[in-house]
Amino acid sequence: MNKKTEVVERDEMVIRFSGDSGDGMQLTGTLFSNTAALFGNYMSTFPDYPSEIRAPSGTVGGVSGFQVHVGHSEVKTPGDLADVLVSMNPAALKANAKWVKQGGVIILDVDNFDEKGIKKAGYDSNPIGKEFLDSFIVVEAPITSLTKEALKDIELDRKSILRTKNMFALGMVYWLFGKSLDYTENFFKEKFRKKPMVIEANRKVLKAGYYYAETIEALCPYNVSRAKIEKGIYRNINGNNAIAWGVLAAAEKAGLNVYVGSYPITPATGILEDVALRRDLGAITFQAEDEIAGICTTIGASFAGKLGVTTTSGPGLALKSEAIGLAVITELPIVIINVQRGGPSTGLPTKTEQADLWQVLYGRHGECPVVVIAASTPSNCFKYAFEAAKIALEHMTPVILMSDGFLANGTEPWRIPKMADYPDIKPPIVKEGRKDWQPYARDVERLARTWALPGTRGLEHRIGGLEKDALNGNVSHDPENHEKMIKIRDEKVERVVNYIPDLEVEGDEENDLLVVGWGGTYGHLITAVNELREEGKKVSLAHFNYIRPLPKNTGDVFRKFKKIVVCELNLGQFANYLRMKYQEFKFNQYNKIQGLPFTVIELKKNINKILEDK
Amino acid sequence: MSDTTHKLTVKDLKSDQEARWCPGCGDHAVMNAIQRALIELDIPKENFVFVSGIGCSSRFPYYMDTYGFHGIHGRASAIASGVKIANPELSVWQITGDGDALAIGGNHFIHTIRRNVDINIILFNNQIYGLTKGQYSPTSYKGFVTKTSPYGTVEEPFHPGELVIGAQGKFFARTIDSNVKLSTEIYIQAGKHKGTSVVEVLQNCVIYNDKIYSYLTDKDEKENRQLILHHNEPMIFGKDSDKGIILKDNKLKVVKIGENEITKDDLLVHNAKEINPGIHLMLANMQYPDYPVALGIIRNVDGETYDYDVNHQMEEIRAKSDINCIDDLLNSGNTWEL
Repeated sequence: MNKKTEVVERDEMVIRFSGDSGDGMQLTGTLFSNTAALFGNYMSTFPDYPSEIRAPSGTVGGVSGFQVHVGHSEVKTPGDLADVLVSMNPAALKANAKWVKQGGVIILDVDNFDEKGIKKAGYDSNPIGKEFLDSFIVVEAPITSLTKEALKDIELDRKSILRTKNMFALGMVYWLFGKSLDYTENFFKEKFRKKPMVIEANRKVLKAGYYYAETIEALCPYNVSRAKIEKGIYRNINGNNAIAWGVLAAAEKAGLNVYVGSYPITPATGILEDVALRRDLGAITFQAEDEIAGICTTIGASFAGKLGVTTTSGPGLALKSEAIGLAVITELPIVIINVQRGGPSTGLPTKTEQADLWQVLYGRHGECPVVVIAASTPSNCFKYAFEAAKIALEHMTPVILMSDGFLANGTEPWRIPKMADYPDIKPPIVKEGRKDWQPYARDVERLARTWALPGTRGLEHRIGGLEKDALNGNVSHDPENHEKMIKIRDEKVERVVNYIPDLEVEGDEENDLLVVGWGGTYGHLITAVNELREEGKKVSLAHFNYIRPLPKNTGDVFRKFKKIVVCELNLGQFANYLRMKYQEFKFNQYNKIQGLPFTVIELKKNINKILEDK
Repeated sequence: MSDTTHKLTVKDLKSDQEARWCPGCGDHAVMNAIQRALIELDIPKENFVFVSGIGCSSRFPYYMDTYGFHGIHGRASAIASGVKIANPELSVWQITGDGDALAIGGNHFIHTIRRNVDINIILFNNQIYGLTKGQYSPTSYKGFVTKTSPYGTVEEPFHPGELVIGAQGKFFARTIDSNVKLSTEIYIQAGKHKGTSVVEVLQNCVIYNDKIYSYLTDKDEKENRQLILHHNEPMIFGKDSDKGIILKDNKLKVVKIGENEITKDDLLVHNAKEINPGIHLMLANMQYPDYPVALGIIRNVDGETYDYDVNHQMEEIRAKSDINCIDDLLNSGNTWEL
């Protein structure tokens, strides 16, 4: 049976699974990426799915995709174009053919390329055999019928049988990459412990796909060998999961418990769900009646001594604006997490974008400063969530942590840290018996006020939304006091600069061009910059995680470059923010706003253009 | 912990801030009654938290020497819920008005009641927006003329009791600002009740809606127009205690004792503990002049509270989970070693 084919060694490969939103493509992609990670490859994933749970089947609008990038060398993005595309129907081919490399493999379930399927996808006639597919290796696999055939002796209803066809495709891809089936088989054993028939069906179909791929002539196998990865214990993690765990970790280090008050919203919901599982770590989650109640219960819980967290996305952040002002004037340490999506309004709920920056910085009434931090990889969401909570608690200020749809859903292997390596967090909680205590007295370094928790005898006090006397916190309409308090609250946020790391330059510190980015675009930017450097281009990258305040050395970094280009997924919000702060520099821009991450190809092209411009 | 050597006095509860409500405002009397009630609750002062929204009454927390939080418009129920859930040991009181609770904060109001978070909501109902100087409120009667309804409103008012019961409320009482004795008794019971307690205070605004409740407070007629409810006692009212309420044709009916062979034994006996809210709803909705207005505790039934349940659930899960710290969590589930 075995065909004699040579295994092609590859440093990295990109696989994209695509099908109807009910075809199980997200699971298929997840199983493949976990298998690759377990094997010891570098890995980065990108799910791409419609906002409808089940859009009309067979249509382009209902196509769900999952892209995985595996590497022997380090991979930092899910990849631009796929080496292998699996399309379960004509619509999936139509939506994804443009994302395949020339010469790449396209595996099609030909059973679905019937007249009905072709029409639904919007093709005039059967695309198989058409010229646009000539530059690919097209594998016409009868996946649906072979799945039925494989399960003809299994007593399962038709629907359940058809539901396993994604495993046939996955089996084929496992053979193509020489990967073991063990992880996937164990997954089904765990998941369907009480349904042995379902376990058996999935196992059979997975194997059928594997052997089918081995048999057909069209395919030759690839190998992406084990990477040299730092020793340690690893797990896969996505950005939402990492944020949830990051705030839990901060609470542990602060000796507090987490309270998350939130309203479900895509793509932030996963954070609320992940914290909800952690009652065992003392976390309380409150699914509020709306976004406003989400943050207001969080403010109440923070007043009473919890690490208060509220999670949302752009539209929800808009609803929380007034209450953020309340947290600013009451100087309570809450963490607001904004997982950005395409806007304005409902916009592109399942797609990624970076267009909430101005909302986060300025979208409130009055002088209303908050600390703003942005995570830049799925796994460093943990570190920055921890950091956001640490700053909030130690500086007694609301902190907004920015993530985005790309980080939220993207996964990568993560070397599990030890909590012993993380610093303690010391919130300024006042103990009973403190003499001459004043609610708005501050420590001289940070300007943080102290935190007196209800239930502490002798520290009864009132706070609220009216302007406060600078010391005792009583309502004050005194003009000078108001100005003083405005300046103190601003200065308190600015002084956080003394507690954050300097901006780092990746590449030479003095060079022709500095590429500047912030937040979730890091993987693409560093990949583009590294590739350009290998090509001899004099380019470096400065990527920002601290947005307000900006790192102290920002100006010094900029000064050493002939040109600067700010790349972001909006119309130039960070570039304009930098223009305001650093008027002596000229900031070029490269912007994209399609609900999609950058591609390395387009970044390199545009960075080159700016390098060449006189 | 409570200081057992010192019993709380009303003076202990007054902050150094002078109450800035208008002279003659009903709010002064409400605060007086609440302070009298608190000292009867055997709760240490540091465990009281007063949370408010926006409006005249919402300045209340500043005048109490307890923990206090003056929030933003409409959101007091949410802030108070957060405080109570975070620390169920606290005795949390929400001070709110008809605009704050029933207009801008309507959503939080009904959901807090539905969840049965153990807070006490004191709803000052003066049927007017006072702090913004005289616009109609969601409890203003239809046709009410104000600055924003110069030709009279064309909308029906909310009846707070109906909303509370509709949201599955377990405790609803009504009092009138000037009756400090009745109010104090009600606040004590509200404070003791486990779950959301809503007390509607019919409160006079001397500036923008003066005498809105004078039909109820009129010296000569008040006994004829108020029905003060007591648990397990027949529903009797009137200057000569000669009137009562019976149930006829599924409706409440005012009767005179002695007429048509009606005796005291025919009258409805108030049962605030009845789980079925039917009679409570009818009592809450009684309007003058067809009926007397019901005061006192209309509904007071037991139920599970959100704050207890969520914290109890946490203890149960903690006891049986293998994950006791973040290191456990990070290493749980699918991991591999390289």
